[in-house]
Amino acid sequence: MKTDIKLAGVGGQGILSIATVIGQAATATGLCLKQAEVHGMSQRGGDVQSDLRLSTEAIFSDQIPLGGADLILSMEPMEALRYLPYLGPEGAVVTSSRPFVNIPNYPDESALQQELDALPRVTKMDIEAVAKSLQAPRSANMVLLGMAARHLDILSAEDLREAIRTIFGRKGEQVVADNLKAFDAGYEGIQ
Amino acid sequence: MTGKKLLLGDEAVALGALHAGLSGVYAYPGTPSTEITEFIQLNPLARERGVRSRWCTNEKTAMEAALGMSYAGKRALVCMKHVGMNVCADAFVNAGVTGVKGGLVVVAADDPSMHSSQNEQDSRFYGKFALVPVLEPSNQQECYDIMADAFRLSEELRLPVLVRMVTRLAHSRAAVEIGEPLPQNGLDPDSERTRWVLLPGNAKRQYAALVEKQPELLRRSETSSRNSLKLGMGLGVIACGIAYNYVREVLPEGVSLLKISQYPLPERLVKELAAASDEILVVEDGQPFAEEQVKAILGAGYPVSGRLTGRLPRTGELNPDNVARAFGLPEKPVHAPALNLAPRPPQLCQGCGHRDVYTALNKVIAEYPEARVFGDIGCYTLGALPPFRAIDTCVDMGASITMAKGAADAGVHPAVAVIGDSTFTHSGMTSLLDAVNDNAAITVILSDNLTTAMTGGQDSAGTHKYEAICLALGVEREHLHVVVPISQNMEEITRIIREEIEYKGVSVIIPQRECMQTLARRNRQKKAAQ
Repeated sequence: MKTDIKLAGVGGQGILSIATVIGQAATATGLCLKQAEVHGMSQRGGDVQSDLRLSTEAIFSDQIPLGGADLILSMEPMEALRYLPYLGPEGAVVTSSRPFVNIPNYPDESALQQELDALPRVTKMDIEAVAKSLQAPRSANMVLLGMAARHLDILSAEDLREAIRTIFGRKGEQVVADNLKAFDAGYEGIQ
Repeated sequence: MTGKKLLLGDEAVALGALHAGLSGVYAYPGTPSTEITEFIQLNPLARERGVRSRWCTNEKTAMEAALGMSYAGKRALVCMKHVGMNVCADAFVNAGVTGVKGGLVVVAADDPSMHSSQNEQDSRFYGKFALVPVLEPSNQQECYDIMADAFRLSEELRLPVLVRMVTRLAHSRAAVEIGEPLPQNGLDPDSERTRWVLLPGNAKRQYAALVEKQPELLRRSETSSRNSLKLGMGLGVIACGIAYNYVREVLPEGVSLLKISQYPLPERLVKELAAASDEILVVEDGQPFAEEQVKAILGAGYPVSGRLTGRLPRTGELNPDNVARAFGLPEKPVHAPALNLAPRPPQLCQGCGHRDVYTALNKVIAEYPEARVFGDIGCYTLGALPPFRAIDTCVDMGASITMAKGAADAGVHPAVAVIGDSTFTHSGMTSLLDAVNDNAAITVILSDNLTTAMTGGQDSAGTHKYEAICLALGVEREHLHVVVPISQNMEEITRIIREEIEYKGVSVIIPQRECMQTLARRNRQKKAAQ
């Protein structure tokens, strides 16, 4: 069994924390993993992406081939669309619905939402609003991870919760509790 | 200590070096190599063992200091991005001639596709040029394992060893099986003066000895477990370093495969592959380094293809898609690109001091249609993009000042240079000395954010010393200004820029304000400590 995930967002939105949690869960459950990150210039408010590959067998390429992703997981709706050519025929898109507008030529928002909605398997949520309503505004990325957990057959939700406890443990109980709450909200699909 | 760890390729290189008994790492930050040194700086074993790991002023000082540590008998590591090899080339090439004592390993991290670079030069050429072995890991485990090989090989051959990385491996994570650390070497300075004093008489002898070592280097490559040949039928494939992963990802059944992770290119294995195959496809990330040599080894009559023939793209990094295409595999139908999409280029952070610098500079420059602004390498290179469009050039570290000087020599006025603090100490100080000695009519803006920001906020070599450095290089006191780039000071800053542009000699303006990223990080750390 294998799962290829294209993680997307804007520099500074925290996609690498999502990758870290999934990576921890994968390692703890003995899966093979490769995770190609973007460092350097692109992190300054530009588009960022990370290829995350999980498998029960050895993985060779660090990059996901075109049409190969089982999941596009995005912190921003336009960034989700950027990687469509990588989405597999049965693949799902899980994304934040809230645009991050830091460019003058950001596309028309309703057209963009329409294009997203026209995809066969898409889940959207205003993850920042959810995180804020939970009084955990810095945990929007964990809301997204919770949503993604519904699409990840290779890892259970409990595997991911355990990874959240491990990764955020050193930051204190409150941070762990906030992130778990955010994860569960995404998992349960609370709007 | 032993067991499995999830590591970036860079981190695996770092841990591999530490566990090979490293005594010092010498480096200047540069994407995608920075994380190697950062890992060592934060590693408990490195601290316990007193491994020297502070950032160096540039790649040349790094290379020379590492050579000194090697001379003293200890194992030293030098890390840089590919273009850093150009900066340290003098020391690197001559270290091949002197040879080494303690193991000396140089890691060059290439950036095919130029994710964060000005070119995609292939560092393997430097290894061949300097006549030293090159190792090229294909995955994270090999990054870790190959470092002990590299140090051992370096000491056995008494030569520096080059390890070539690429961005995709440097910045990709996988589980790595960790072994036991080896002890460090003791202090044992070399006393063989004739090989270290490269006067022509000695250098001729040393160079001849280096050339004489070449058959041994080749023998090592041909028998290395890092190079492996699996024979099949029909097509023969040569896969170098990370290319091996893409080939294995899409590999059609039954082809012959030669994996290369050690150079010089193992001629015997290439010939064996050729004898068992109808044609050879060379798959390598970067420039067609192996492909050219394979053609030379096999002669004009043997069909060899790769990046040179267009079977693989001549530029940009390899990926599973272009490698699959080279094998003629059927393309899967894929989603059309989205319609509602706009590029999102990186930009200067909100609140960044460079923004205020460009706002002031643009205001003054608008009054001088003939003005040219010579830029440099760093976050402030983003000033070339909208909304600022403030710089006309960006070539190499330090070029802003010297290009402005040359253009001023030719008659360009105003000629303005914009350079960051870390880039200035890296390669701008000598440029400024040239300008002062010629009394060139240039205005230098030394935009000081007290850090090496572009690569994530590493210490900058000259912090709090810039005024003193400029004065010592001969900049006149009345044409040296330190300002704080905030909106309240805009009037003062524009006035100073205008006045200094009118001055027909060297002036330096130092806008000084801490990087927003390092400031935020410090505040977070302060909060966490409370």
